[in-house]
Amino acid sequence: MGGSTEPPILKERRPMYRKFKLNLPQFILAIALIVLGLSTDFSLSRTELDVAGKNLTSIGLLTGGVIFYVGILLIISMFQNETILSIAILFPSMVAIAIFVYGFIGWSIRVSLSKWKGLKPDFTWAGLTQYVNLFHNDPRFIIDIRNTAVFTVGFIAGCLLLGLALAILLDQKLKGEAIFRGIFLFPMSISFIASGVVWGWLMNPATGNRITGINLIFQSLGLKSLISLWHSTPQPWGMAFTVIPAVWQLSGFTMALYMGGIRSVSEDLREAARVDGASEFQIYRYIIFPMLQPVTLSAVIILGHMSLKIFDLIVALGNKDIRLDVPGIYMWTTTFDGTNYARGAAIGILMLVSVAILVVPYLVQNMRTETQL
Amino acid sequence: MTRRIVVHTLIYIVLIALSIFYLLPIYLMLLTGFKAFNQVDLKTMWALPNAGLHIQNFIAGYKQLAPNLTNSLVMVIPEAILSSLLGSLNGYLLAKWKFRSSNLIFSLILFGMFIPYQSILIPLVKFMQAIKLYGDIPGLVLVHIIYGIPITTLIFRNYYAGIETEILEAGRIDGASLMGLYRYIMFPLSAPSFAVVIIWQFTQAWNEFLFAVVLTNQSHWPVTVALNNLAGSQLVQWNVLMAATLLAALPTLLVYLFLGRYFLRGLMAGALKG
Amino acid sequence: MYSRKVNFALFSLLIAAILVLSACGPAATPTAAPVTQAPATQAPVVPTATPAPTPVEIFSWWVGPGEADGLAAMIKVFNAQYPQYTIVNAAVAGGAGTNAKAVLATRLQANDAPDSWQAHAGQETIANYVTAGQVQPLDDFFKSTGFGAVLPPTLLPLISKDGHPYSVPVNIHRSNVLWYNPKVLAAAGVTANPKTDFKTLNDFFAVCDKIKAAGKVCLSLGAPWTAIHLFENIMIGTMGADKWNGLWTTPPTTDWNSADVKAGIANFAKALSYTNSDASTLPDWQTASKMVSDGDAAFNIMGDWAYGYFANPAPNGLALKPHVDFDWAVAPGTYGIFNFLSDSFVLPVNAKHPDGTMAWLTVAASKAGQEAFNPLKGSICARTDCDQSLFSEYSQDAAKDWTSNVVVGSLMHGVVAAPAWANSIGTAIGLFQASKMDAAAQADFQKALVAACSSDGTCAK
Repeated sequence: MGGSTEPPILKERRPMYRKFKLNLPQFILAIALIVLGLSTDFSLSRTELDVAGKNLTSIGLLTGGVIFYVGILLIISMFQNETILSIAILFPSMVAIAIFVYGFIGWSIRVSLSKWKGLKPDFTWAGLTQYVNLFHNDPRFIIDIRNTAVFTVGFIAGCLLLGLALAILLDQKLKGEAIFRGIFLFPMSISFIASGVVWGWLMNPATGNRITGINLIFQSLGLKSLISLWHSTPQPWGMAFTVIPAVWQLSGFTMALYMGGIRSVSEDLREAARVDGASEFQIYRYIIFPMLQPVTLSAVIILGHMSLKIFDLIVALGNKDIRLDVPGIYMWTTTFDGTNYARGAAIGILMLVSVAILVVPYLVQNMRTETQL
Repeated sequence: MTRRIVVHTLIYIVLIALSIFYLLPIYLMLLTGFKAFNQVDLKTMWALPNAGLHIQNFIAGYKQLAPNLTNSLVMVIPEAILSSLLGSLNGYLLAKWKFRSSNLIFSLILFGMFIPYQSILIPLVKFMQAIKLYGDIPGLVLVHIIYGIPITTLIFRNYYAGIETEILEAGRIDGASLMGLYRYIMFPLSAPSFAVVIIWQFTQAWNEFLFAVVLTNQSHWPVTVALNNLAGSQLVQWNVLMAATLLAALPTLLVYLFLGRYFLRGLMAGALKG
Repeated sequence: MYSRKVNFALFSLLIAAILVLSACGPAATPTAAPVTQAPATQAPVVPTATPAPTPVEIFSWWVGPGEADGLAAMIKVFNAQYPQYTIVNAAVAGGAGTNAKAVLATRLQANDAPDSWQAHAGQETIANYVTAGQVQPLDDFFKSTGFGAVLPPTLLPLISKDGHPYSVPVNIHRSNVLWYNPKVLAAAGVTANPKTDFKTLNDFFAVCDKIKAAGKVCLSLGAPWTAIHLFENIMIGTMGADKWNGLWTTPPTTDWNSADVKAGIANFAKALSYTNSDASTLPDWQTASKMVSDGDAAFNIMGDWAYGYFANPAPNGLALKPHVDFDWAVAPGTYGIFNFLSDSFVLPVNAKHPDGTMAWLTVAASKAGQEAFNPLKGSICARTDCDQSLFSEYSQDAAKDWTSNVVVGSLMHGVVAAPAWANSIGTAIGLFQASKMDAAAQADFQKALVAACSSDGTCAK
């Protein structure tokens, strides 16, 4: 359960001052690796490496760098300072993230504060003009915000509820559980583009003699009242239908999460409650559900960031219909169809900010209390 | 006991009804994939293929996708393995070695999961060009590994946090070092988590289009780009496209069908448990 | 203790080895063979001539049947004339080239331009690539090959800036074509002949009322971009060629705030009222066109690439009979007007293989190249001297119109407006479609068009 601070058992058992413990075979290996790495990089920076017709120079450089770094790590480990060693091992990831995430986003922020329109970079300072324009003069952006809200709420609620329901159903220890699990899980393997296209067909709203898709099934079953306009329903409810393919794809994932959460409640606990006279329903409601909170939180974060960035699915489903517009699509068409790079970057940064609003308070709280994520 | 049977029957009915919901799109894809071109029409969506099963669609789709399938495999397998190893190391350090800034570092790494990838395409390409990894598969592998660091670290960190620290403490007393603990205690216990991460990364990288189309040259396109090209610009052959989509989804589909239980076991063992 | 450290080191070496091994994967064969039964020419790495042929990378979005065949045919002509080069066909699919343009823009930013790429002739090329200084003028090329002399005079200014041409048009497509099903018209008791009787849009709407009364859709519409396509042809049909051209000059001679634009918007709203309600959920334009040939709709305003879809044999087309199962006329109100779009190729600045690019442009501009490409793509030659007997009946009609009609440029397909401007107009159209389309919404739409011109176009701010 979250909230308790894990006793830092594994903190240093030795003081932090440097204490070098020379381990000769390891030292020699470290030196060998450092030399090997440096010489590889040195020689590759002078010549090209061609293996079977492919230019592997960069990979060779990278490999040389890795070898060199491993040697450095071996030496660091001899200092018996585990904090430094931990940071050293984490260091490459941190550098990579610093460049590929923070560096690039910094570039994007800089672009969003400029006037760049057209294929020639133009970093003239424009302050917050792009952002102001988006919020004040732009009906399309308002539609985006509304659609994102509808989609996010529907998607997360749908996945959580359906996933929980499936997990509970499969918790009943039925035969054939594995088959059902497989069926519910496998939509995750389909790409968003493919599922958007297929669900677009299924949810086709044509009526009359052009009726097709699920509407046609309803008609042949005599369920005419269920025939719907699906995602062409007048706004804002049309957007809610776009949630269906997304939930189809990811409810198996939440189901698996919840199954894990439910199974972590020991059977003894449940048995004890049964002995005390609790019904199954009460067991679920009062014992199991509260223990699912951390799982739910993980799921909300993962699903939330997907829904705020959603792009492929809506394009495949809606063909860039403005009624189903979301920031991801708006950013794409503004940047690449309209060559308005500054405005597109502003939309992208706003997308990031919206996710941050969802996630950062949680991360900060996590940092402070040291609860697990 | 009859009440139990009634309840179980009801549950089965619900499960089967839900299964239909989950299987309907695949059924439609198969149905369309076996039709001839002039039979493909929204109006006749549910009609069974007349004139037999049009296997040519799958053959044509396969011919179109074959070279790119190899590209995808060569890209995805090393990427999944390497990013899971990296995530495992990171997760271990961040979960079990709580030095002062470990939470801060974790939060900063995790934040990388949230950026919209369209907005960083240009600086990404420029950087990959600068380090001469642009245009070919190794560069794409590197990019997927790096952008996979946040989620893999998250999953492993959660998983390791659920492992009792007493085990490590025992190893500590035996005199194991930081990496020794990892090598001899944590790593062997990580199988469920590795299953989750490898399968997740495999699926993500396999189905990914944006980086694939921007970072590779024409001869190194993964299967997602080839599939997109089957969609054509002015005329779409839906029957071949559906057949090819099924073919392209086959590896991930098989992974989930056959290895899905490990994925589930891993999740149930607490890979993302709070 | 040391054995563990060694293990760790060896472990890392194993990681490095995997990384190296992954780079040694099998190289994919560089082809992008189109999926058709037609004998498509692949883009081979020719293993014959020594030294190895220089690759010339051609970037486009021609991947579907018809267009891919046309490109392949032109490549074949190229290979015959220039065996020292080999074409790398780097086409990327995606509606109206949206993916290809994204990849291209990213590559241009990174100074990794292909040897040549497809760009719509007109503002899409001028405002984009010329303004950014990414393509070179082709004056000498036009003179030395005589290409400039065989292009129609109305086309040359549209592909030039300050008098210098910047792209080589390979084809001409017509946007203002009205496809219709004679059987549907007959069944609804319509006696008007679309080829002669739709002099104004009101004539067309009167017929629509009859079709609607007969229970059919009058005007079929597809994915959102087809609404922009419809919009431009309705506007031209309302205000005529001169006023339409006047909207796009610098500064515009036709005021976006004028009554002409207002009338056009009103007609657009009326036209939309006759369309199928599920339009925007249709996957692309083909489904809408098929509604006509299926007899569910009477009319469809679409470019002339629909001809190939209707008439070509399976699997590239529906193998229908012209004049029986489907027929064509010019969009209502646009008699004597040719609303064109054109695909063209450019010469990049800092071209990697400039001779290769010039060779490609020579073939693209040549009679042989255009005669190979256009019949398969369903368009007509940009050149005025192609052999007309190679073309279908529709294309021959179109070629005659091309030389005699007044030529105006398409908005949807990149001729008259820069991408940023076209994008803003597209957004405004989409928002209008999503609204009630009453008088108030029409006024808002006009305001949005005026604003688009000020912020992204050539109007004074």
